[in-house]
Amino acid sequence: MQFVSQIGGSVTNGLAYVGSLASLGGRAAYYTFVGPFQGKPVRVQRAISQAMDVGVRALPILSLITFFIGLILALQSAYELRRFGAMNYVATAVAISMSRELGPLITAIVVIGRSGSAFAAEIGTMKVTEEIDALETMAISPIRFLVTPKFLAMIVMLPCLTIWANAMGILGGSLFGVAQADFTFTRYIRASMDALLLRDIMTGLVKSVMFGITITAVGCQEGLSTGAGAEQVGRSTTRAVVMSIFLVVLVDLVFTGLFFFVSDR
Amino acid sequence: MTLPVELENSDSLDSQTMISLRDVRVSYGEVEILHGVSFDVRRGETLVILGGSGSGKSTLLRTLVGLEKPSSGEIWIKGKNIAAISDAEMDEIRKKIGMSFQGGALFGSMTVGENVALPLREHTKLEDSTIEIMLRLKLEQVGLEGFQYYMPSQLSGGMKKRAAVARALAMDPEILFFDEPSAGLDPIIAAGIDQLILELKQAFRMTIIVVTHELASAYLIADRMVLIDKGNLLAIGTTADMRASTQPRVRQFLDRVPEPEVAREQDYLQMLTQDRRL
Repeated sequence: MQFVSQIGGSVTNGLAYVGSLASLGGRAAYYTFVGPFQGKPVRVQRAISQAMDVGVRALPILSLITFFIGLILALQSAYELRRFGAMNYVATAVAISMSRELGPLITAIVVIGRSGSAFAAEIGTMKVTEEIDALETMAISPIRFLVTPKFLAMIVMLPCLTIWANAMGILGGSLFGVAQADFTFTRYIRASMDALLLRDIMTGLVKSVMFGITITAVGCQEGLSTGAGAEQVGRSTTRAVVMSIFLVVLVDLVFTGLFFFVSDR
Repeated sequence: MTLPVELENSDSLDSQTMISLRDVRVSYGEVEILHGVSFDVRRGETLVILGGSGSGKSTLLRTLVGLEKPSSGEIWIKGKNIAAISDAEMDEIRKKIGMSFQGGALFGSMTVGENVALPLREHTKLEDSTIEIMLRLKLEQVGLEGFQYYMPSQLSGGMKKRAAVARALAMDPEILFFDEPSAGLDPIIAAGIDQLILELKQAFRMTIIVVTHELASAYLIADRMVLIDKGNLLAIGTTADMRASTQPRVRQFLDRVPEPEVAREQDYLQMLTQDRRL
């Protein structure tokens, strides 16, 4: 009996957590899309500087990681494909698995590590030093002031980063293709382009937008629910990273399932 | 002291009363922190809320500025019961109050000037040049002229508090709240902050509410004092009233008599189990 009630308790807690994320996301969406028409402007300057942080500054590390991932994908698929003498399908395998799955996912994980954690730490510290309270007593919504610029930056930058990640992955794959599989560079790229349908890229981008929303909501929610004391900031940051990774994978599963059953490829 | 009498639409407040608390109870989850507190704050007075650590005085302050919702009771500020109004109405009231937090709560990513100008930029349609003038004026009022372009991290503790006061003053509030204004400051700097509070009171006839446990500072700045003990209002009165009080618990606090030590282990255990039952 106790076991059942524990499961019930966890499910309720989980639902409450997702509810709090949805509520935060909803309010951030309100301040992004409706607020500006009601005299509550978005802090565009702040959104741009956040976009620099989330997006542009992530490029070097993301490029390196996805280049390697592309190379690994090529090696792994070649391991199986060469048994069938189908080495020329390496390009296809890399292009499709990058743009449908690994591009968006690896990008999300890099962004969680760099920015999701930073959101939680920044807002958590502001909570501890009463800066969030100060905003409220000044009649400034912390959601509009702090969360909305992050949302905007994330929703715009994550798809951009994902496209870049896809390209870097294909580039990584081409290194193997040219060195080991009798491709020329241009033929490898052409083979990749031929393999990709617009749908492959679009599904990846839709997922990346959803990941962006998830990462921001979790990071900010964890920051805002930080308790008193510096130690709590650390806990919030850890929770933000762990919960983000879990929820991103969950969202990934849901959307991949959705795309699978909707499309008839 | 004569006070400017305004005829205002105060359905439940006479014009001399700025804030009125009626049986205010506040709980964190299951634990009740304030057990029904009632008192009035008069227009233009400086009221000091005194109490030991964990007495509930900070919770009382947080409730007054709307950061905590009372579980029951009424808090009337400017003719509105803030325990039962919408967020939008509360925001209107918040534009007329200023709050100086214990650690300053300045935004670390903005300069002192940007911090002070923030409420003006958010809530008014003033030109940048006007805001610039106003912010210099506010910084001058708190003795921080010339520090506009400093980052909060470059300021000392006392200066941070002054900057926080300047930010609280930005919207020309009618009520100013202070949370532990002298906490963490050396006696000279703390006395400077007390002096600043006195100057603000004389210059603007503002209603000022200060939460503190510093007796010396309380005696200096207060017109009236409220003593909070274990979530209950223990005493309220003028500074002279308080000094003359014969109530044992008031005397204990004002004369700084330590709590009688818990001698036996059993008492201590009993205390623990009683706490558990609360």
